[in-house]
Amino acid sequence: MSETPLLSVRNLSLGVQRKGRPTTVIVDDVSFDVAEGERFGIVGESGSGKSLTLRAIANLLPAGVSVLSGAIHYRGQDLQTMPAKSRRRLAGPEIAMIFQEPMTALNPVMRVGDQIAESPRRNLGLSKSAAMDLAIDMMRKTGIPDPARRARSYPHELSGGLRQRIMIAMALSCSPRLLLCDEPTTALDVTVQLQVLRLLEQLCEDTETALVFVTHDLGVVNQTCRELGVMYAGEIVERGRVKDVFADPRHPYTKGLLDSAPDFDQPDRELVAIPGFAPNLADRPDGCPFEPRCAFAVEHCATARPTLAKVLPGREAACFETARIFQGATA
Amino acid sequence: MTDVTAHPEVTGQPAVLRVANISKEYQLGHGLFSRFGGAQKTSLKALDGVDLELRRGEVLALVGESGSGKSTLAKILVGALNPTGGDLHELGLAEGAGRKERSRRVQMVFQDPYSSLNPRISVGSMLAGLLRLHRVVPPGEVRAESIRLLNRVGLQEDALSAYPSQFSGGQRQRLAIARALAVRPDVLVADEPVSALDVSVQATILELFKSLQDELGLSILFVAHNLAVVQHLSQRVAVMYLGRIVETADTAEIFSNPRHPYTRALIDSIPRMSADSVTDQFEVEGEPPSPINVPSGCRFHPRCPVAVDRCRTEDPGLSPVGPGHASACLLAAELPAYQGEPELKEER
Amino acid sequence: MTATPAPTLAPVKAAGRPVRSRSLRPWYRNGSLVAGMVIVGALILVAIFAPLLTSYSPTTQNLEATLQGPSAAHWLGTDQFGRDVLTRLLWSTRVDLRIGFIAVLIPFVVGTILGALAGYFGGWLDTIVMRLVDIFFAFPFYVMVIVLVFVLGAGETSIYLAIATVSWVSYAKIVRGEVLVAKQQDYVMAARLGGFSHLKVLARHIGPNVLSQAIIYAMSDIVQDIMAIVTLGYLGLGIAPPTAEWGSMIADGQQFITTHWEQATIPGLAVVVVSLGLSWLGDGLSDLLSPDRRK
Repeated sequence: MSETPLLSVRNLSLGVQRKGRPTTVIVDDVSFDVAEGERFGIVGESGSGKSLTLRAIANLLPAGVSVLSGAIHYRGQDLQTMPAKSRRRLAGPEIAMIFQEPMTALNPVMRVGDQIAESPRRNLGLSKSAAMDLAIDMMRKTGIPDPARRARSYPHELSGGLRQRIMIAMALSCSPRLLLCDEPTTALDVTVQLQVLRLLEQLCEDTETALVFVTHDLGVVNQTCRELGVMYAGEIVERGRVKDVFADPRHPYTKGLLDSAPDFDQPDRELVAIPGFAPNLADRPDGCPFEPRCAFAVEHCATARPTLAKVLPGREAACFETARIFQGATA
Repeated sequence: MTDVTAHPEVTGQPAVLRVANISKEYQLGHGLFSRFGGAQKTSLKALDGVDLELRRGEVLALVGESGSGKSTLAKILVGALNPTGGDLHELGLAEGAGRKERSRRVQMVFQDPYSSLNPRISVGSMLAGLLRLHRVVPPGEVRAESIRLLNRVGLQEDALSAYPSQFSGGQRQRLAIARALAVRPDVLVADEPVSALDVSVQATILELFKSLQDELGLSILFVAHNLAVVQHLSQRVAVMYLGRIVETADTAEIFSNPRHPYTRALIDSIPRMSADSVTDQFEVEGEPPSPINVPSGCRFHPRCPVAVDRCRTEDPGLSPVGPGHASACLLAAELPAYQGEPELKEER
Repeated sequence: MTATPAPTLAPVKAAGRPVRSRSLRPWYRNGSLVAGMVIVGALILVAIFAPLLTSYSPTTQNLEATLQGPSAAHWLGTDQFGRDVLTRLLWSTRVDLRIGFIAVLIPFVVGTILGALAGYFGGWLDTIVMRLVDIFFAFPFYVMVIVLVFVLGAGETSIYLAIATVSWVSYAKIVRGEVLVAKQQDYVMAARLGGFSHLKVLARHIGPNVLSQAIIYAMSDIVQDIMAIVTLGYLGLGIAPPTAEWGSMIADGQQFITTHWEQATIPGLAVVVVSLGLSWLGDGLSDLLSPDRRK
């Protein structure tokens, strides 16, 4: 079944270009596809470039950061070459985004009901009352109790979990095909996180909305996504199904990450930290970006840059030595 | 489930820190206006009758969500805040000991590595200042002792002349730990020390805490919200909800046999790395309420899936439900058995 | 395959070393700072070496050579008393700069201390200080200075007193604000928990973090003080004649604006140059001191 994927990111590189100074590359040659209704997770630590990748898709790159090369295709259309107006029209009915900190993402001087109704009014051409009805309905769907009354609240009157639900309601109000999530539950209490993740899961299943979910929490990505890309130093170093990657990682960084995270179901496993530090993006060495910290590195790892290559059906890893390191592990 | 208590000899150890019936109440608003305010709530009880004991050489985890009061309790234990009620016993300290003496016994490691170190003071000055103030070593040995402290936390001598802004988050936490260790305390209170760090960096700090416990016999009170971290590091756990402790037990015991609905809900909400989500008999609704509006009776009853009428009117305290295990649930003994193994949902 | 646990705390190559170096941008690349330093530096040199730069005396009158235009002998001409204008200009630098720098010290010290105490301790101390600030702040600067000098009589001491009375409030406000913010930081609590006394924490731990803002403000305050001195001089309330001072020079020169415009204008330009130099210096310092702050 070869159909055009909903979202296709190809060789995307992002960075900061300044006159008279060398370009700083922050995201380097990233490629992945997201099919309709797919749930794709991007996992990485700080400095991995995962948030920026998401923002590039959403057309929300911060000032100074630009697309250096590569393409982003949505439904076959190149987002960068399309007219700016058309690209803006995608926001809402086609592509929506939710953020980590709901307090800064919501307008503090506007009632939440109006904020949710804004997008349907503009993008679906609904009347004021029809849009408000839709907003209240969305609030009900996201599990907000007493939605008609709550619609008249201001963001600061609501708790963190409720605000996050408002943000979800806003994002899904025009039934987008693609939902981008930038660490949406990191700032929430753990019992609230569970509810919000469940909600996302269920709503996306109901409307067949595809999800690109950025997080640093391995447990959350396991719970929410089916496919996964692991990012390090601006590159995707491993890609595959979440369960498979976690059970049988094929890149030393993925393995290091899994070994260093406390797993509730394996309390006796000793945590093994990854030695060294996250790389300085301004000073990219030749060769594999993980090499300085890799326990398995050999000489040519420092001179040549590995790219994502298939190592198993449905799995890719960017490592020269993956066969040698992980031989003996079950395929 | 295997016994994760690495230090079984801790039970039976004397307490180094004990608090009894601690409360902390905050007055809200200006007195003048609340008189005209009428039904306006004027006070907030962040802590409402907390009993806790930290034993020598153990890591005790204090777990809870927003509004639980865990950070407030941590600050009271370390002496940064004064309770509005209750007693704080620091065993080993003379009566009426001043702040300075207390600071030699109990030290704190903060959550945010970016605001817990003074940006204008070099690492060397910071350590030397403490070593000199408390005369930990003779003046001639201050530098050597500073280097020793740095090495103890995995840093090198050249950190002495550097400023905090030159270090990464994980390194800063190590510096914060070195600072806390400078006065040679008996007790370390760590307020979510790894929450702000990357996953792979967390491991180094957790291992550091472990080694400090082993080698220095430090007693550590570890405030956290990540239960996987708690399970990995602590010997005992105290669960807090809305200003009270609702359950305490040894780590292995509390995770295999939780006896309070809130504890079970917390455990169930841990996002698992190796399975799908757990079966949910204990999914809770709603959110942790604000301490301004404490529910009547058992404070957890509005969210509790097994609440009965009694729970609305009776306010339970902690009572023993097993050896070293106490729970503040009226139905603790009747809760359905906890299935530790998560159920695997079908592949999506 | 079993994982060989990598050593966690073993001295891996870069594990213990600081990851960044201290300075962000070298100071000499900071345009404002360099320009400011050059101008102020030049002015200070002029002030120090004024007697050596010309052969005339700034105060000796020479009634045979009054009101001459610029010439080879007198580059800027002479004033109505036959004194060389250039010499008076250069000598005035000593007066105005000196008084400007000194005048800023007292308000700086008094305002910083009061503001720091108010911000740190809060409570009734804060209330009292802030009410004082409100009262003093309500008076317009120049009116106050002029009134005080009028009352105390003209002269240097009066100027210092007058300026100090009026200017300290800004420092108090700034430092109090900075201390309130700094107080919230964990490192302050850590210092208290470390056993340091309140005063030690305020001076040693909070101090360095809040002083930079006060210093930056002081730079613009010097400009304001110099302006005040010049204004006072212009009004005849400042430094008594025959001492050369830009303000009085302008006052003297304005009578001859149609015939010898340079006598009023050039001292005015001198004031402009001083202000510009000090402002740039202040901006440059602000860049230098502030980015560190945020860490």
